[in-house]
Amino acid sequence: MITFMNNSDSEEEPCNERTSLMSAESPPVPSYQDGLQASEAGDVQAHRKRRAGSSRGPNNIAGGEMSGSGVPVRESAPENEEEELTLKYGAKHVIMLFVPVTLCMIVVVATIKSVRFYTEKNGQLIYTPFSEDTPSVGQRLLNSVLNTIIMISVIIVMTVFLVLLYKYRCYKFIHGWLILSSLMLLFLFTYIYLGEVLKTYNVAMDYPTLFLVIWNFGAVGMICIHWKGPLQLQQAYLIMISALMALVFIKYLPEWSAWVILGAISIYDLMAVLCPKGPLRMLVETAQERNEPIFPALIYSSAMMWTVGMAKPDTAARGPSQQTWEAAEDGREHRRSPSHADSQMPETRSPVPTRPVTSLEELEEEERGVKLGLGDFIFYSVLVGKAAATASGDWNTTLACFVAILIGLCLTLLLLAVFKKALPALPISITFGLIFYFSTDNLVRPFMDTLASHQLYI
Amino acid sequence: PAFGLFLFTIARDPLRIIILIAGAFFWLVSLLLSSLIWFIAVKASDPRDERLQKGLLIFGVMFSVLLQEAFRFLYYKLLRKAIEGLVALSEDGCSPISIQQMAYVAGVGFGLMSGAFSMINLLADALGPGTVGIHGDSQLYFLTSAFMTMVLIFLHTFWGILFFHGCEHRRWWEIAAVVVMHLTVSGSSFCNPLYVGSLVPSYILMAAAAAWAYVLSGGSAQNLRRFLLCKS
Repeated sequence: MITFMNNSDSEEEPCNERTSLMSAESPPVPSYQDGLQASEAGDVQAHRKRRAGSSRGPNNIAGGEMSGSGVPVRESAPENEEEELTLKYGAKHVIMLFVPVTLCMIVVVATIKSVRFYTEKNGQLIYTPFSEDTPSVGQRLLNSVLNTIIMISVIIVMTVFLVLLYKYRCYKFIHGWLILSSLMLLFLFTYIYLGEVLKTYNVAMDYPTLFLVIWNFGAVGMICIHWKGPLQLQQAYLIMISALMALVFIKYLPEWSAWVILGAISIYDLMAVLCPKGPLRMLVETAQERNEPIFPALIYSSAMMWTVGMAKPDTAARGPSQQTWEAAEDGREHRRSPSHADSQMPETRSPVPTRPVTSLEELEEEERGVKLGLGDFIFYSVLVGKAAATASGDWNTTLACFVAILIGLCLTLLLLAVFKKALPALPISITFGLIFYFSTDNLVRPFMDTLASHQLYI
Repeated sequence: PAFGLFLFTIARDPLRIIILIAGAFFWLVSLLLSSLIWFIAVKASDPRDERLQKGLLIFGVMFSVLLQEAFRFLYYKLLRKAIEGLVALSEDGCSPISIQQMAYVAGVGFGLMSGAFSMINLLADALGPGTVGIHGDSQLYFLTSAFMTMVLIFLHTFWGILFFHGCEHRRWWEIAAVVVMHLTVSGSSFCNPLYVGSLVPSYILMAAAAAWAYVLSGGSAQNLRRFLLCKS
């Protein structure tokens, strides 16, 4: 345990143990459902839609309830009605995704700004073997490009591996893998994080207390993520995990490599999701053929599938909703899978419109929620965190990247509403983020500094 | 106060939040472009010439103001299109958000972003140790900065309303008035650190803009009286 604490050069040591598990982290697990599922569900849902139509009015006015309760079912039956509803409730879903992304970024930025550990350079991951300490610019660039190539190829290999496993129905293996990685994430990284935070604020904590705290945190996390749990707790855990992962990346990726990796990953994301032979697309299609939820892991869902834990007045829903969940287990066409954890580093993410399921006769209308892969969270936070850590313009740059990413997310969701199929969430946001980061750091900062020193206002 | 505005009026409705963030984004882009121009100008000129630098700075500020207004106009166009889309798609024929609300939210977006950019580094530095004005600068630096930022945020909000109203009803003089006001306020900040010269006119202008926007939004003296006296 002690070896993990001094990460100076014993990075290789923990790296070995971590590497084997980290490699479990790389695979991109795209979790999105295709629009095709929706169309299958269309006719089933058509009659529900008519019933939902009447309750649409008041619900629209009722507006902003968090993580959805009582948003009427919208279905894919008639085209234009579908679109109209998509766009109408689109705003709500965008917000449902804004909030967690913002929270994650806030956690990462706050940690970066306060805990010095995450900005110290203490070695690199085994995935990025080339160091960036070389004196010449060309060499440094070359090294970072090589690092990127290695990283991306690792990710590709992992993705393909995962897709193959999924194709050949080795579900147990995948589950075991995921559980192992989430275990490691929840316990090990939390331990390190907590240790560093306590160090920064000079708070003493004895080992038994620490053990208790981490054990509780980890155990509840495992249950929440892999099994059932209250929606908000699950979301909170997913956000925490993404933030932890992002912090690890920020610490261990060398500067230029990080930026090049971000760029390369968004390109990869684009290709993997949209090309017909892309691994992620194959994953989606395979899951679709089998009428299963894409993957029981690694996505953040903004609303629950079953109505447990929602702000519904009738708690008599418990019974039927359990049934719904069971029923959902088998007949999954148009159910969203329950929110899952991300233990690994999922590759591509995309937000996906999911088809709500109405349970039984009661007006338990499910939310229509949007799902976003956890890897998206991670990479957004990496971008903002890097901006906070390394930009000399400090908060301005961070703020600019934050706004850029949110706008990118908005646009992606808009495209999602238009195209109605799984889309990569990374490219647009990351492109905007990168553009804004570099331009703000180099162009806006001197301008604002000069203005501020003369106290001029624009 | 601006943040309070945000909480009470905007945070409820998701559509408004999106418009807010988009407004902030537009302001950011305008800032980016204007700083690009300034940067090029500075690089192309002699860095040692003080007066030239100051002149360039002033030029940069004015240009930035003009660009901001231009982007406000662009944003207006975008929102018009969006509102047409929303109306077409909504079931009861009227859009869930009116153009005035959009104007207000857009103004707040602009204002928040500009305020954030002006203040946040200052605040971060204020957390650290140090003495204000140790080199002979004014001791009221932080205070005046805070007030100036606040007045700017409010002004952006009101300008947003005025600007959109002018665009709606095609009254070009309103738009011109907004631009002129913005230029004046920025220009008055050149008087710093003679704070009387900058803060006072800004506040007066803000009061004027507030009254104008209030009237435009359909308020009247009677409404105000009723509200203040808590009559039903």
